[in-house]
Amino acid sequence: MELVNNVICPFCGTLCDDIICKVENEEIVGTYNACRIGHSKFVHAEGAMRYTKPLLRKNGEFVEISYDEAIEKAAQILVDAKRPVMYGWSCTDCASQEVGMELAEEVRAVIDNTASVCHGPSLLAVHDTGYPVCTLGEVKNRADVVVYWGCNPFHAHPRHIARHSYARGFFRERGRPDRTMIVVDPRNSDTAKLADIHLQLEYNKDYELVDAMRSALKGHDILYDEVAGIPREQIIGAVEALKKAQFGILFFGMGITHSLGKHRNIDTAIMMTQELNQFAKWTLIPMRGHYNVNGFNQVCTWESGYPFCVDFATGEPRYNPGETGTNDLLQNKEADAMMVIASDPGAHFPQRALQTMIEIPLISIEPHRTPTTELADLIIPPAIVGMEAEGTAYRMDGVPLRMKKVVESDLLTDNQILTKILERAQELEASK
Amino acid sequence: MSEIIITPKIQSNVPLEIPNVKPDVFAGKSIDEIKEVEIYQGNEIVKLSEFFEVEGESAETPGEIKIIIDGDASNIKRIGQGMTAGEIIVKGDVSMYVGLDMKGGKIIVEGNAASWAGQTMKGGELEIMGSAGDYVGSSYRGDWRGMSGGFITIHGNVGYEIAEYLSGGKIVVKGNANHMPGIHMNSGVLIIEGNVTSRTGGEMSGGTIIVKGVMDEFLAGFKYLGIERDIQVNGEDIPGVFYKFTGDYAIKGAHGTVYVAVAGNKHIVP
Ligand code: SF4
Repeated sequence: MELVNNVICPFCGTLCDDIICKVENEEIVGTYNACRIGHSKFVHAEGAMRYTKPLLRKNGEFVEISYDEAIEKAAQILVDAKRPVMYGWSCTDCASQEVGMELAEEVRAVIDNTASVCHGPSLLAVHDTGYPVCTLGEVKNRADVVVYWGCNPFHAHPRHIARHSYARGFFRERGRPDRTMIVVDPRNSDTAKLADIHLQLEYNKDYELVDAMRSALKGHDILYDEVAGIPREQIIGAVEALKKAQFGILFFGMGITHSLGKHRNIDTAIMMTQELNQFAKWTLIPMRGHYNVNGFNQVCTWESGYPFCVDFATGEPRYNPGETGTNDLLQNKEADAMMVIASDPGAHFPQRALQTMIEIPLISIEPHRTPTTELADLIIPPAIVGMEAEGTAYRMDGVPLRMKKVVESDLLTDNQILTKILERAQELEASK
Repeated sequence: MSEIIITPKIQSNVPLEIPNVKPDVFAGKSIDEIKEVEIYQGNEIVKLSEFFEVEGESAETPGEIKIIIDGDASNIKRIGQGMTAGEIIVKGDVSMYVGLDMKGGKIIVEGNAASWAGQTMKGGELEIMGSAGDYVGSSYRGDWRGMSGGFITIHGNVGYEIAEYLSGGKIVVKGNANHMPGIHMNSGVLIIEGNVTSRTGGEMSGGTIIVKGVMDEFLAGFKYLGIERDIQVNGEDIPGVFYKFTGDYAIKGAHGTVYVAVAGNKHIVP
């Protein structure tokens, strides 16, 4: 058995960089340091079925085909379509995402990643208001007030609290006792149970609460005795606690990005964070889910100027989540072909979107059997980035980290598959 | 006025975009030339005549042209984009972005409109006889300037975030509005004759909103100023008795005004 050190976990946006993998016969058989969900990705959780050959659906049944045939078929589907959408991208590396951008432009597709159904609202808010962000290292070494708003890292990012909020840091030598932890969540979640202050607001009232807090922050009265189910005095108390921080950090998740108002909740929360800087150092970090969901938004922005939902139909990038989001295109029955890579919309999208996915040609570049591959017409299996292929990913705070190749694989990488599809699509477009 | 009638003959499987169907482009062209005008079918450029019958008579200047889209346009986007003069009448529903960036002239939609009707509109008149979706008279994503001039009337209901970043002009909604009308608005007038759910005028820094129906909830960042009778907004008399608020004080230096009819709205007064 061999031990591979300093492996980066390709699961969640915390992107832990201290994993040790136990390797036997080119297979990862165990891990040290990883949390349970990270560990199960490394060792292929029970029941996971891996594809080893590309598959094409013929008369309802999957038949094995060669990579060359699969790439030809994929290129044809994309080139023939008038409104293709290329979705996913969050569990692969930045270099592959870059090839994806070029392919989308070549076939005049809409390209979109899973941010569309998670932190998309944060991205919309960022270009309305700005992005006062810091790194997780700064949080660990400096933060004395830590806010978790609408997120439950105890379960969703299991090592996040231990590594960044509870850990001892340069200016926070005692770790947890040196920090005040505030959780804003309608539920008494396991993270909320750890908090010093728990603001248990009513469901869908995040915007109302921030509006009252911002108005109090400027010395104005709060119009009502109670906002979002929280008494005026408690809101003023919480605002005072935020003002007294030396270094404050706001972590936020789906509980606020997807409650009523979506990007407007984040827009006003970002503005509050900016305004708090008149009293103390305040920053924020979105709790990104997939390990490289942030990477796609970075790549997409530097390639097209927009972070996701980019529509190349007219040859130049256009952008309007609500029209050019994958769910919008599927639910409005606009899309006439779809390519899914490095994500599983089959498991997460609403019925109405799945209905269109069934009706149109669906390509799935995916290592495992998933609800998406069940709906697919063509499955192309890649090597898994971060385990069988190296590549770069962006942590939730925007720090890029280089992921290792831990074991060998016979399969093509996402990058190789996409490059071949792109080359073939270029030939087909040229002969049109 | 000369009339040009455009009748959809087949429906496309993917949406069509027809920003070129407007008096500004048709002026000075013969009917045969208009048939050749380019439109988008998804990611392909096709001729207008592939999807539409074109008949009638053109004219030399846009102001003399009335275009009638005679049929279902619910899969057609960007009708009247950037038009400066003349008229467009749609005899059915329309898809997104009707009257986008419009600068003059008039558009009448006899059915319903999808989202982004009158986005970044600068002048002219847009009238929708049915309902409209979200973001009526809004900004382009990421911009802080929404509609800045002109007049929009919606006879039915509207969706979320209408008049978002409104910077000028006037929007009148005869029906009900969903959450966040007038969000971030900084100037202009928004009149809602029906009911509103919540967050009216959220983060508004200027401008005036008048709600004549019932408002389910209001925001704590506003200040209550008292009751006013028979108000005057931008020179227009609006009869009735209203609660008056100013805000949204979540925004520094905000001076927006929200009038809410006294009838049925006692619950929003502190
Ligand atoms: S917290 Fe996230 S990145 Fe860290 S080990 Fe767990 S799943 Fe992997």
